[in-house]
Formats: sequence, structure tokens, C-alpha cells
Amino acid sequence: MQRTSGAGQDQAPRPGSGAPDTAALEAVFDAAVAADERIEPRDWMPDAYRRTLVRQMAQHAHSEIIGMQPEANWITRAPSLRRKAILMAKVQDEAGHGLYLYSAAETLGTGRDELLDKLHSGRQKYSSIFNYPTLTWADVGAIGWLVDGAAITNQVPLCRCSYGPYARAMIRICKEESFHQRQGYELLLALSRGTEAQHAMAQDAVNRWWWPSLMMFGPPDDESAHSAQSMAWKIKRHSNDELRQRFVDICVPQAESLGLTLPDPELTWNEERGHYDFGPIDWAEFRQVLAGQGPCNDQRITQRRRAHEEGSWVREAAAAHARKHSGVRTEGEAAA
Amino acid sequence: MTATAETAPVLALGDDALVLSHRLGEWAGHAPVLEEEVALANIALDLLGQARVLLSLVGDEDELAYLREERAFRNCQLVEQPNGDFAHTIARQLYFSTYQHLLYARLAAAGDGSGPLAALAAKAVKEVAYHQDHARQWTLRLGDGTDESHRRMQRGCESLWRFTGELFQPLGGAQGPAEDVRPGSRPGGVGDGGLGDGGLVVDWAALEADWLSSVTAVLEEATLSVPDGPRRGAWSAGAGRQGVHTEAFGRMLAEMQHLHRSHPGASW
Repeated sequence: MQRTSGAGQDQAPRPGSGAPDTAALEAVFDAAVAADERIEPRDWMPDAYRRTLVRQMAQHAHSEIIGMQPEANWITRAPSLRRKAILMAKVQDEAGHGLYLYSAAETLGTGRDELLDKLHSGRQKYSSIFNYPTLTWADVGAIGWLVDGAAITNQVPLCRCSYGPYARAMIRICKEESFHQRQGYELLLALSRGTEAQHAMAQDAVNRWWWPSLMMFGPPDDESAHSAQSMAWKIKRHSNDELRQRFVDICVPQAESLGLTLPDPELTWNEERGHYDFGPIDWAEFRQVLAGQGPCNDQRITQRRRAHEEGSWVREAAAAHARKHSGVRTEGEAAA
Repeated sequence: MTATAETAPVLALGDDALVLSHRLGEWAGHAPVLEEEVALANIALDLLGQARVLLSLVGDEDELAYLREERAFRNCQLVEQPNGDFAHTIARQLYFSTYQHLLYARLAAAGDGSGPLAALAAKAVKEVAYHQDHARQWTLRLGDGTDESHRRMQRGCESLWRFTGELFQPLGGAQGPAEDVRPGSRPGGVGDGGLGDGGLVVDWAALEADWLSSVTAVLEEATLSVPDGPRRGAWSAGAGRQGVHTEAFGRMLAEMQHLHRSHPGASW
């Protein structure tokens, strides 16, 4: 029993006190969650909590890794050296975020290789948004503004998630994501205020990315299978629809200051609610993309698998080299 | 507009960094392990940063990068070589970062730190020390890893060997057939940090000797044999510096420049 502080400590069974009493362990866990304490890797936790976290963190990590592809698609065509540097740095950050998240997931007793294998075999998912193509340079800006914006809206509450390693990874990730989001907004602003062709490019990108971004918050609350339990465990802090509404409310004035419109004729301020009303989301499209039938699902996973397969000889070489040379060092130490 | 004797070497160094950065950027999303996604992008970013400083000493960085044609680029042919497999990329990186480290260490030491080129060299030498270490570590892992990695690493080292002699052609503002550097140059903007009359003050023969011994030591430690082919072709010696490139380079530029050229005068 590893909890060293907080509510319920007195109930902790001591080592050697016989078979752990699951009910008592659960009580300690529930009290810690109720008191907004962080659950740490060595703490007892319900199996279902562990499984939910592994699934969520792995999918989050996978999304960072697959999410490199639509943006990397424009690195070699970035129209100025400044933009190219920003984009390269961003894609690099995403790989770093993937690494933090795999490490955080590994604290729950899984391994990066196992998780990658599940990604490659389609047993674990990644965010549906990355199955849409980046067709113009402006898409890079739309991804920064809308996709990263939606991700931040989703992820800021995760900085207070009940599982410590996940919450701490999210604090670091959210700082960098906010920076990317501002850069995306600024990219779109430059296009919007640029030539007519640039403005049109920006508008077209926003038109294509707006609805998929709203889908990033997941299905509506009455269809969200895991929501209630995740909220009870304080993995999630707000419902899908709450976060989606918050995002829409933030984006409308930003779109106005960008000089761009959002592709929703039903978008209107609702004085009574104090929120923007918006039109219906095409959930059939969402389900199709989730089921692997989006525009780029096949392409994304094929490229990811190919990179992994083509890199296997490199990983084997590194392992073989490490084996040889750790052996040499051990002999040297033994001789010394 | 013509690159002056003063700006030609700076342009060449800037083009080297720009072109290699671009090649490394092509790896994004394709690396063999996630750590290498980070590392290769990191190196690409350092090089792009160097390129931006160097090109800005000559003129407008974007005009120079996006509006020159193939024959006006002054990068060495080594950096424009396609990525190939990971071993090929690492061989290119080992050769180039060893050169860059030796060169920038000399430029940093030669200037009193006041000229912009000496200042760039002082900063860049720290970055390229890391690049060189990364390339060395991977050369050791691949060369002394499995049979397959050994074979691939040996092949990468051999196929790029013939491009390494060019690195030691003096960067003296050689007047090639295509000194057509159109964008506005900034005469006198370079200062004298390491630049002498018409070129860099570098003992190229000593640089080459140091490079050979450094690369030889790494290859031998990696159980690889030092390639025995020529390091300079009959026609290719100094060719990149004269604006004569290999075939893959034009296609690389077509991709790099397409969007910028499609919107003349736009800002981004």
C-alpha cells in the first residue's frame, strides 16, 4: 500500500496483514479521488480505472504520432523559412508529446512496443481528426487554430486528472499546444489579410476543418459510453457537449477577428443561454471515420506501419550494439 | 545581382545548411524510432536557423531560398543527396557534421567574435557538436550492430564518399558560370569575421586532414572500412559550389519553391 498521505490513510492494510481487502482498498481509492488527490503508479487502483487510463493515454499518444503526418505533409513546401521553422518545431513537439504520453502510460504496467503494436494492428484508435487531408498551406493554420484549439479545450481539464503521471504530462503538453495554437491563428491571420487568393485559401481551410474539429469532443453526452464512469473517477471533468459548447463560444469571436466565417448558417448568439447555438453535427460521417472509412485512415496507418517496419533493422542494430557493448563493459569491470 | 567575393562563401555555407535541413525535414513521420523523429527534426531546425542567419547576411532569406534556380545554388553536392535509408542519411550526416564542426570551430576561433560570421560560427559550433555526436553514435550502432546494419552502413559510407572532396574546395567566391544571385545582396554586410580577401581564412588542407582522421577513427571504431574510392570526381570537384548539381536537386527545389512561387509578392 503506497498512499502516504491524505484521506483514508488509516484504512490502509499493512504489509503482511494477510490478503488485501478489496473493499478497503477501494475505499481508500475512492476517498483519495473524492479529496482531489492524485493517484500515483504504485497506488492501488481498480482494474477498470487502470484499463480506462491505459486506453485513453495510449489513444492520446497515438494521436500525437499520427497527427504528425498531416502537418509534416507541408514541411517541404512551407512558403517561407520562418514558417518552415515553426512547422518543423511543431511536428517535433508532437513526437515529444507522444513520448511523454507513452511514458505516462507505461507507469500503468504496459509498454510502448505493446501500445504501438495495438496502434499498427488497429486495436487501439487515434483521434478521428487526423484522417482528414491537408490540401493547402492554409490547412496548417486551420489545424493550429481549430484542431489544437479543440485539443486544448479537451486537455486543460486533464491537467487536474486524478492520475498523477497523466496530469503532469498534460501540464507540459498544454503549454506547448497553446503556443502552437497561437501560431496557427497567426498563420491564418497573415493569409486572411494577404492577397485575395490567400484569403480564399484560408476560408476554404476553415470550411473544411470546422466540423471535424467539433467532432473531436466525441459523441453527444447521451451516446457517450465511458463518460459517466470517467467523470466519477475524475479522469474527465466536463462532458463532451460542455466542452464542445465552450470551444464554439471561444471560436466565434476569434473567427470574426480573423475576418473569416464559420461554415454554419445556424450559428447564432443565444442571449438566454449565454452561448452560441450551432447546427447539427453529421454523426454519420463521424462514425464512418471512426470505423476506418475516413479520407485518410488507410494512408495514415499504412505510413505509420511502413515507418515502423522499415525501421526494424535500425532498432535491431541498436539493440545488438547495446548487447555487445554492455557485455564488453561488464567484462572490463570484472577484470578491473 | 551577383554574389560578391565577400558574400559568395557565406551564401555557400547558408545553402549547405538550407538544403540539408530540407532533406532532414523529409524524414518527419518516417523515422525508425520516435526518438529519431525528435532528433532529426532538431538537427534540421538547427541547420535551418543557421541558414536563415547566413542567407540574411547576403540578402533576403526568402528571396534567396525560393526564387533562385538550381544553377544559382552554391551548396555542396553532398547535402543535396536524397535521404536513402537511415544508414545513408547517417553517413551523410557524419561526413557533413564533422566538416561543419571543424570549419565552424576554426571560424569561431579566427574571428574576434565581432563579425556576424564569427558570431554565427560561435553559436553553430555548439549545435554541430551535438549533430556530430548523434551521427557518430548511430554510425557505431549501425556499423557494429547486426550484419544487415553493418552492410547498409558500409554501403551508405561508400556511396557518399565521392562527394566529400568538394567540402575542402576553398570557399573563395569562385566565379562560376552562374553567379546569378538576383535578390538584393548586402555588400559589406558580412564583416570580416573569418572572411579575408575573397574567401574564408581557412587552411583547407589542414581542415581536410583533420576531417579524414576524425571520420577514419569513427569508421574504424564502428568496424567499417574506410572507403577507398576517389573523393573527387574528374568533373564534379567543386561542382556544387559552381552551381552544378546532381539530378535529384532540381526536383527537391521544385517541391520546396512551388508554393512560394505560385503567389508572387505575397507575404506569409
